Amino acid sequence: MKHLLSIADLSREEILSVLDTAVSMHEVQHRDVKKLPTLRGRTIINFFFEDSTRTRSSFEIAGKWLSADTINLTGKGTSVSKGESLRDTVLTIDAMGVDMLIVRHPASGAPAQIADWVGCSVVNAGDGTHEHPSQALLDAYTMRRALGDLEGRHVAIVGDLTHSRVLRSNLLCLRRLGAQVTLVAPPTLMPSGIVAWAGADGFATSYDLDEVLPTVDAVMMLRVQRERMSGGYFPTAREYAVTYGLTPRRLALLQDHAVICHPGPMNRGLEISADAADAARSLVLDQVSAGVAVRMSILYHLLAGEGSEQ
Amino acid sequence: MVLSSDDINRAVRRIAHEILEGNKGPQDLLLLGIPTRGAHLARRLGEALLQVEGTEVPVGSLDVTMYRDDLRRQPTRAVEPTDIPGDGVDGKVVVLVDDVLYSGRTVRSALDALADLGRPRAVRLAVLVDRGHRELPIRADYVGKNLPTSHSERVMVRLVEHDGEGTEGVRIAGPADGGAAR
Repeated sequence: MKHLLSIADLSREEILSVLDTAVSMHEVQHRDVKKLPTLRGRTIINFFFEDSTRTRSSFEIAGKWLSADTINLTGKGTSVSKGESLRDTVLTIDAMGVDMLIVRHPASGAPAQIADWVGCSVVNAGDGTHEHPSQALLDAYTMRRALGDLEGRHVAIVGDLTHSRVLRSNLLCLRRLGAQVTLVAPPTLMPSGIVAWAGADGFATSYDLDEVLPTVDAVMMLRVQRERMSGGYFPTAREYAVTYGLTPRRLALLQDHAVICHPGPMNRGLEISADAADAARSLVLDQVSAGVAVRMSILYHLLAGEGSEQ
Repeated sequence: MVLSSDDINRAVRRIAHEILEGNKGPQDLLLLGIPTRGAHLARRLGEALLQVEGTEVPVGSLDVTMYRDDLRRQPTRAVEPTDIPGDGVDGKVVVLVDDVLYSGRTVRSALDALADLGRPRAVRLAVLVDRGHRELPIRADYVGKNLPTSHSERVMVRLVEHDGEGTEGVRIAGPADGGAAR
């Protein structure tokens, strides 16, 4: 592995290797000295063109705990805001001898384009409405910790599917791990042509959350991304919350062992009620905690092994 | 075959006696095996100590992959779990357990990993086979068998717990014989 651009690039074995290694990385989080010498002398740049709390900080912490030098850049503070092209900016950074660029960009495909331009490793930390592979890996890791092997498990992904990059990565990842996936959304937020998505065959779609919930082992609620919506996808927030929100009533429909995930940030009261977000079966904070471990594992897989030297 | 299954068990029992003698009893001992076969040997050593002394000595495992100095030279290695039992390593007499002592680089990595976990009172090293060719100033305190080898030879350790029934033993193989060996 040189880049992590899409879950589609990873085999089932590679996904399992990342998840298994993350188990060992997670143990570091509970130590007094949270530092491993593994990536000493490596330089990682977090290049974020969009706001982010958990992805950026967890990549930064992951890099620091592996002893890499990590630097944060945002679009605003760089020459991009002076009019320099993205290509010239990333080539400049690459020429400084960095080992990895972690890129968050509002344009789908930007990290893949950057990977073509530069010699260092590139990680897609979320690109437009395309993919967010590290999030999918940490979601799978968290579900695996709670449920065991995901083969044959049933996961519902619910909410604003049209604008979600988490959806595509999660769908690919869960299917590759053998889970059954049902996508649930109002017709207006169900992406057109979704059944034709390459590499993610064998999933179901539904418009009826009440019907799906009693059958799932895990339900992943996605954020309603109002900042990406140009038109009216549903009449009112209240109506969305009643029809597709994980309300206290719906919580009772879940099986005893079923767990709740949300990649964050959450709109409490819209797609998820406070009761559901704070329930004992909610893994929201476990996902955040796992985020550092899984990203450490990703950095380790991309930078530690043979052939990763520039 | 250099060591049979019985030889391995005899060596483990002898090392258990030597550890108790050197430590003047089982107090403050902590056995940490280096995965994968070192962890199995540590467990056997723990059982032997229990039989000899009647006291249960905590046994854990210490993965050193993230501390290796050859990570960039090799394909990415699988990371095994680290399991430190009880109250950690502070003040303990930690006995590191591995199957083969060769260049000493694994042990160096283990010492670094231990330093990140706490401050043991002392660290000892127990190995089943010492095959020589050290690249660092490291020596074992307890050795099952000294086995002079050439660089081109491979020492193959097989344990029931990891390799299955009927495979147990230590053999020296030529470079062409393949298999997991050190």
